[in-house]
Amino acid sequence: MQFTLNGKRVRVDAHPMARLLDVLRESCGLTGTKEGCGEGECGACTVLIDRAPVNACLVPFAQVAKAHVTTIEGLRGRHPLQRAFAELGGAQCGICTPGMILAAVALGPRPSTSAIKTGLAGNICRCTGYSAIYRSVQRAGAHARVRR
Amino acid sequence: MLRKDGLEKVAGTAKYIDDLTFPNLLHARTIRSTIPVGEITGIAFNFDTEGFTVVDHRDVPGRNIVALIDDDQPCLVERTVRHVAEPILILAHSDRRRLAAADVRIDYRPAVPNYDPAASSVSFKSVAIDKGDLDAGFSAADAIVEGEYRVGSQEQLYIEPNGMVAVPADDGRGITVYGSMQCPYYVHRALTVLLGFPSERVRIVQTETGGAFGGKEEYPSIIAGHAALAALKARRPVKLVYDRVEDMIATTKRHPGLIRHRTGIRRDGRLTAMDVDVLLDGGAYATLSAVVLSRGVLHASGPYRCDNIRIRGRVMMTNTPPNGAFRGFGAPQTQFAIEVHMDRIAAALNLDPVRLRDRNALRPGDTTATGQRMGADCSAREVLREAVKRTGFAKRRKALAGTNKGIGLSLFFHGSGFTGAGETKLASKASLALTKRGARILVANTEMGQGTRTMLAQIVADTLGVAYDDVEVNAADTGEVPNSGPTVASRTCMIVGRLLERCALEMRDRLAGLSPRAYLRRHGPLVVTKQYEKPPEMDWDESTYRGDAYGSFGWACDVIEVEVDRDTWAVRPIKLTTVHEVGKAIHPTLVAGQIEGGTAQGLGWALLEDVIMRDGRMVNHTMTTYIVPTTLDTPDMDIVVMERPYKHGPFGAKGVGEMPIDGPAPAVVNALRHAGFDLREIPATPEKLMSCSSR
Repeated sequence: MQFTLNGKRVRVDAHPMARLLDVLRESCGLTGTKEGCGEGECGACTVLIDRAPVNACLVPFAQVAKAHVTTIEGLRGRHPLQRAFAELGGAQCGICTPGMILAAVALGPRPSTSAIKTGLAGNICRCTGYSAIYRSVQRAGAHARVRR
Repeated sequence: MLRKDGLEKVAGTAKYIDDLTFPNLLHARTIRSTIPVGEITGIAFNFDTEGFTVVDHRDVPGRNIVALIDDDQPCLVERTVRHVAEPILILAHSDRRRLAAADVRIDYRPAVPNYDPAASSVSFKSVAIDKGDLDAGFSAADAIVEGEYRVGSQEQLYIEPNGMVAVPADDGRGITVYGSMQCPYYVHRALTVLLGFPSERVRIVQTETGGAFGGKEEYPSIIAGHAALAALKARRPVKLVYDRVEDMIATTKRHPGLIRHRTGIRRDGRLTAMDVDVLLDGGAYATLSAVVLSRGVLHASGPYRCDNIRIRGRVMMTNTPPNGAFRGFGAPQTQFAIEVHMDRIAAALNLDPVRLRDRNALRPGDTTATGQRMGADCSAREVLREAVKRTGFAKRRKALAGTNKGIGLSLFFHGSGFTGAGETKLASKASLALTKRGARILVANTEMGQGTRTMLAQIVADTLGVAYDDVEVNAADTGEVPNSGPTVASRTCMIVGRLLERCALEMRDRLAGLSPRAYLRRHGPLVVTKQYEKPPEMDWDESTYRGDAYGSFGWACDVIEVEVDRDTWAVRPIKLTTVHEVGKAIHPTLVAGQIEGGTAQGLGWALLEDVIMRDGRMVNHTMTTYIVPTTLDTPDMDIVVMERPYKHGPFGAKGVGEMPIDGPAPAVVNALRHAGFDLREIPATPEKLMSCSSR
C-alpha cells in the first residue's frame, strides 16, 4: 500500500487491519512513536494524518492509504517545539514526548493557553504536571513569531 | 543547562526497551494465577507446544525467590498461590500471534482469601516509636481529638510499561539483561540468586526508562528473572514487555492505609500528646513493605514538635498482589492523616489552622518523634509563612466561606536518603574517570525523567572546573559502573551527588592545575572512587527507633483552592501554590519539574485515582477506567523554591523527588472541609463527597 510518510512516498506491505502503530514501528522501523496503553487513552502514539493528530494504536493501516503521515522522525529534530521541550523541561522521561510534540504541532504556531490545555488533553504525561509543557509550547510559539 | 538526554528524547531517537531488537529474538508471555489463594492441582497445555519454550519453577537453576529483603516470594509459583496474577509459567515463541493464542489451563484447589489487613494474622513488620510520657501528655491536655483516616492505593502509571530483554551467554552460563528499571544492582543481585551464577556472569543494563515513580524499583527483578530463565532455556534472546493491562493487574502499587490519631492539645493550641496508629496493607508478599512502613511511621507525627509521642505501625499480609514502592514510600499515607487531623483539631478547638501549625511546627533545636534534633535547615515555619503570605490565605478563606469553593493547606516534610542506618549499610560507591576533555561519571543511578544525568554532570562540572558538556555520564550498566545504590528515596542528588562532588574534589587536587589532556599524557588514566561516609554526628538505633532517622529533611507547604460542582459533586482544583525548601536547587528547571509533576500525581491520588479491587483483582485495569490527571484536571501551579543548605549535601542540596507528593491530598481534603465536607479519606470521588455531604 502506498502513502506518504514524513514527506516521502513509500510502499509498505502490511495487513490492512494492522495497527498503524505496529506498521510504523515494525515495518517502517520508526520507533519514535510509542505505545503506552493500546486503547487510545494516553496519546503516546500520536501521529499526524493529513495534519490531524490521531492515536496510531487505533488506526487500521488501510486507513492511511494515500494519506500523509507525520511521525516524530518527520520533524527531524528541527522543529522549534523540539528544542523548547528539551530546554524548558517539557520532556522528562520522554516517553510521552513524541506524541505530545506532534499534538502540539497540530495546534499551530501560537496557541492560547486554553487552546494548549484543550488540545493536549488527550496526551497523558505522568512526569511534568503539564506546566513545563505549556511553557515549552508557548516558548516555541514565541520563536516561531521571531522567525517570521 | 540543556538536559543530557533532552535532544534524543524530543527527536524520538532515544531507545526504550521495546524499541530494541536482537537477532534471533523470542517473545515471552507470563501465565498467571486467576485465583487469589490456593494450590495448583494441574496444568494443561491446550495448544501444540512445538516451537515453544515453556518455563516453570523447575527450570530455576539457583533459588526460586525474588531476592530483596525477605525471601518469601517465588519467582515462579511452585504449588501455592497467594494472589491473583501471580506468575506460574513463562512461554516464549518467535511469533507473537501464536504466543498470544497459546491456551494454558490451570486447575486449582482454592482456599479462603483475606483482603482485610486488620484481620490478617501475618505481619511483615511492626514498628514502635516512643518519646516522653504519653499519659502525662494527655493529662496536661485541655482537649483530646481523635480521628481515623483512610488512604487508597495508587498505580504509578509510568507511561512506558515494564519490559526486559535477556540475552544468554554463548556457553549458557551467563546472562545480560536490558530493560526499564530504577535499580540495576537490585536486579543484578536477584538474578545471581535466582540463576546461581557468579556476579560477573550477570550483567544488567538500564535502557531509557519511560517513568518509574517507584514502580520500577523492585518488580523489574521479577521480569528480568522470567526473561532470563526463558533465554537460558531457549538459548536465544527473549523479550518480555508487558502491555498496560498486565502491568496494572500484576505489578506493585502504593500501600493502602488506615491511620488513627488521638491527640492531646492545650487551649492555646500546643500539642501535648500524639498517639498514632498506622496500618498498611502489604499484599501477598513482603517486597519493600517493611521499609515503606518505616518511612511511614517516621513521618506519622508530621513536621511538629511534641514532647510526648507514641507511634505504632504494622504492615500486614493480604491476598492482593503485593504493594510496593511508590514515590513518597509511606510518607504520603501518614502525612495525609496528620494534616487532615490538624485541621480537625483546629476546627474542634476553634483555632486558626495556620496558627495551630505555626505554634507547633518544628524549629531548629527541636526534636522529632525519634529524638532527632533539628539543624539550621529546619524550615517548617518558613515555608508555612511564605505560602500563607503569598496566597493571602486568611483573606481568601474568608472570601470563599459559604461558597462552593474552599481553600486548604498542608505542611509537610520528607527525609532525604535511606532511612536510619540504610545508607551506611548500602555503602554506595561512585567513580569519576578523567577523560581528555573532562570526566566521565560512573554510577548505577538511573535516569527515569527526573534528570539524574544532568544534575550529576552539573555537580561534577562545577566542582572540577570543566564545562558541563565535557562531563559524560556512563550508561547504568553493572558491567561498567560501581554500585552507587538504587535510584530511590530522594537520595540520588544528596547522597550520590555528594559522592561525586568528593570524587571531583580529589580529581581537581590530583590534576594540580594540569588540563585533563595534559594529565592523561603525563600520568596515564585516572579514576577516582569514593564510598559513602556517615556524617559523624548522625546516630541511629534500629532496635529502639531512636536517633537520626535521616541525614536531613526537605520542608514544604501546599495551599490549594478547589471548587465543588453542585450537580456532579466533582471537585476541580483551581489553583495551587507550593513552597518547597530543598537545600539547594542544583538545576532549577529540573527541581520545578519534580515539584510540579509530584504535585499533579498527588492531586490524582487525592481526587481521581481509585484502584478498585474485586475478589483480589484490580478491575479498572485500563487507562480508560483508571483515571490520572490530564491537562484539564491539573490546576495552575505557583512554585516557590527556598534554599537553606544542608552541610553534607552537594552545594547544600537535599532530596526533592518524593516530597511534592506528600502534600496535595491533605491540602485538597482540608479545602473540601472548608467548603463544608467532612471527608477523612481519599480519593475524594463524587460518591464519597455525596455520602459525607453536610449540606
